[in-house]
Amino acid sequence: MAEVRFDRVTKLFDSSVAAVDDLSLTVADGEFLILVGPSGCGKTTALRMVAGLEKVTSGRIAIDGRIINDVSPRDRDIAMVFQNYALYPHMTVLRNLAFGLRQRKVQAGEIDRRVREVSEMLGLDDLLGRRPAQLSGGQRQRVAMGRALVREPRAFLLDEPLSNLDAKLRVQMRAELKRLHQHLGVTTIYVTHDQVEAMTLGDRIAVLSGGKLQQLGPPQEVYDHPANVFVAGFIGSPPMNLLRATAVSGTITAGDLQLDIPGVADGEVVVGIRPEALRPAGDGLPSVPFTIDVVEPLGDEIVVHGSVAGRPAGGELEEQIPLSGSQPARATITARFDPQLRPKVGEQVPLRISPDAVHVFDPATGEALR
Amino acid sequence: MTTEAHADRLVWPDDAEAAERPRRRWLPFSPWHLVLFPLALIMLLPLVWMIVTSLQTQAESLRFPPVLVPGSLQLDNYPNALRSAPFGRWFLNTFIVTTVVVVSNLLLCSLAGYAFARIRFFGREATFILLLATLMVPFQVVMIPTFLIVKKLGLFDSLPALIAPNLVNAFGIFMLRQFFRTLPVELEEAARIDGASRLGVLFKIVLPLSLPALATLAVIQFMWTWNDFLWPLIAVFSQRNFTLQLGLTVFQGSHDVFWPLIMAGNVMSMIPMLLVFFAAQRYFVRGIATTGLKG
Repeated sequence: MAEVRFDRVTKLFDSSVAAVDDLSLTVADGEFLILVGPSGCGKTTALRMVAGLEKVTSGRIAIDGRIINDVSPRDRDIAMVFQNYALYPHMTVLRNLAFGLRQRKVQAGEIDRRVREVSEMLGLDDLLGRRPAQLSGGQRQRVAMGRALVREPRAFLLDEPLSNLDAKLRVQMRAELKRLHQHLGVTTIYVTHDQVEAMTLGDRIAVLSGGKLQQLGPPQEVYDHPANVFVAGFIGSPPMNLLRATAVSGTITAGDLQLDIPGVADGEVVVGIRPEALRPAGDGLPSVPFTIDVVEPLGDEIVVHGSVAGRPAGGELEEQIPLSGSQPARATITARFDPQLRPKVGEQVPLRISPDAVHVFDPATGEALR
Repeated sequence: MTTEAHADRLVWPDDAEAAERPRRRWLPFSPWHLVLFPLALIMLLPLVWMIVTSLQTQAESLRFPPVLVPGSLQLDNYPNALRSAPFGRWFLNTFIVTTVVVVSNLLLCSLAGYAFARIRFFGREATFILLLATLMVPFQVVMIPTFLIVKKLGLFDSLPALIAPNLVNAFGIFMLRQFFRTLPVELEEAARIDGASRLGVLFKIVLPLSLPALATLAVIQFMWTWNDFLWPLIAVFSQRNFTLQLGLTVFQGSHDVFWPLIMAGNVMSMIPMLLVFFAAQRYFVRGIATTGLKG
């Protein structure tokens, strides 16, 4: 078990593109840390640098205070689970599990004990004689986990380990991973682009974009207080609604929407509202008219996509939705409704927004203002 | 229930295809065979002629047009051939040279091929292109320099003279490098994290997964070495150091072109090669298919 520290770590590919840009963070002993971000954000590169599979261009990576920049992967005492599992195809499950221990000249009796223990823990007992090609996706995934576990390493590195599983199995394995971590308490760095995995598994999550650390904190804190527009749009499903707005003496106006939010300087801002903060308004309460376009019933709730008067913020939305010149600008937003409400496509519903649930961002820097 | 009984109720895609086939098929075999079969016969003819001649009398072998069905089987030609020249010695020489060359090629080409495929080092691409360039140089060009080197090393007219220049060859390095690059790199990364050294990764992960390519290389190298004539002709001088191919030729000159005996010797020299080929054929074909290379 160990503490893993990134100290101003930068990784350049082809001496110009920074895959990881000045990353500093510390993974505490026994912590489950998630590196999350869109593809190409540098999360996998950061993980591979800890494993020793990529050289660090500048900065330092330390495990338990010992700088490991130039230590070979085999001497770092870490274990990694690959996205495609990387099981040795020519070896049986038993030999796959034992390979790392044999390489380290662990005594035969000890190898036997550990393999037995791990295969019992992961339910691999009946599969020990099989080869990877004869296993299902879920079984391969468990063998890959087992191969990391038998090593009893100082830290686990997991690179999108659940992304090749079907949805049901993924939910199962997610819970199993959490249980394993609670049981073993080994420092774990987990890379994913799936923000549900990030929210559910992590003690803390580190959101990366463009090789830069955007925010680091416990999942709920990141969800409740996103540090910038990127984190606000990335964490949460469906994502936070982002609208361009104008602040004048404590009142923010975005289309039909007016919110009293004291303490915001006058000027252009971006407001962010989580889908669950939007509720159909009762009579007499201040509200915005919301036109429903798409209804997605999920059983326990209904995700409703529609539009309100206003200008969308966030590059992707602006490009995707062409705005016709003659009509007033409209912004697409998403809300979560109670299933009893039975919203219909084309219907216009008044939406109520609690000012407490509104996030305000600086449109130039993207930083949270409130 | 027969398939016919099913056919009138349910037509599965396979059945539908089968039902169509008789209409398209006007021959019991593919029309391509009309071309391939005569071609195969032409290819086989020298082989058949060799075997037939090896079983003829001297008189039959000299007749024109050639006798394709001998009057009697002269099986004695084989022991006679063995007695009339030190075939045993030559066979042993060839066997030693070929075995050492094949084994060393498998080992050295693996090492070099792996370095070129996976290890980043200064000048890797340039070195590799230089290596490929040597493939374009015909042996006749380097024959004399090679001879001079071998002579300076004091190896002239010895088995090491036949072995040393062929311990490793550019083609094998190239072929294995191409194959190694097709293996998923994560397997090697996983093994390195698991504690394997570079060599450990090569021998425990890469090579076991490269059996088709290794078998292919082994067969190609075996054929080249076993059948090599020009280099042994230059590099050795005394009969006791001859290889089979060299011996057979000398045999041809020293007698009054006694064809049946020469052909008996040839048939015998071919047998080990056929055995190796058939043993490795399954891998061999797969190896060619997966590396996209011609033998």
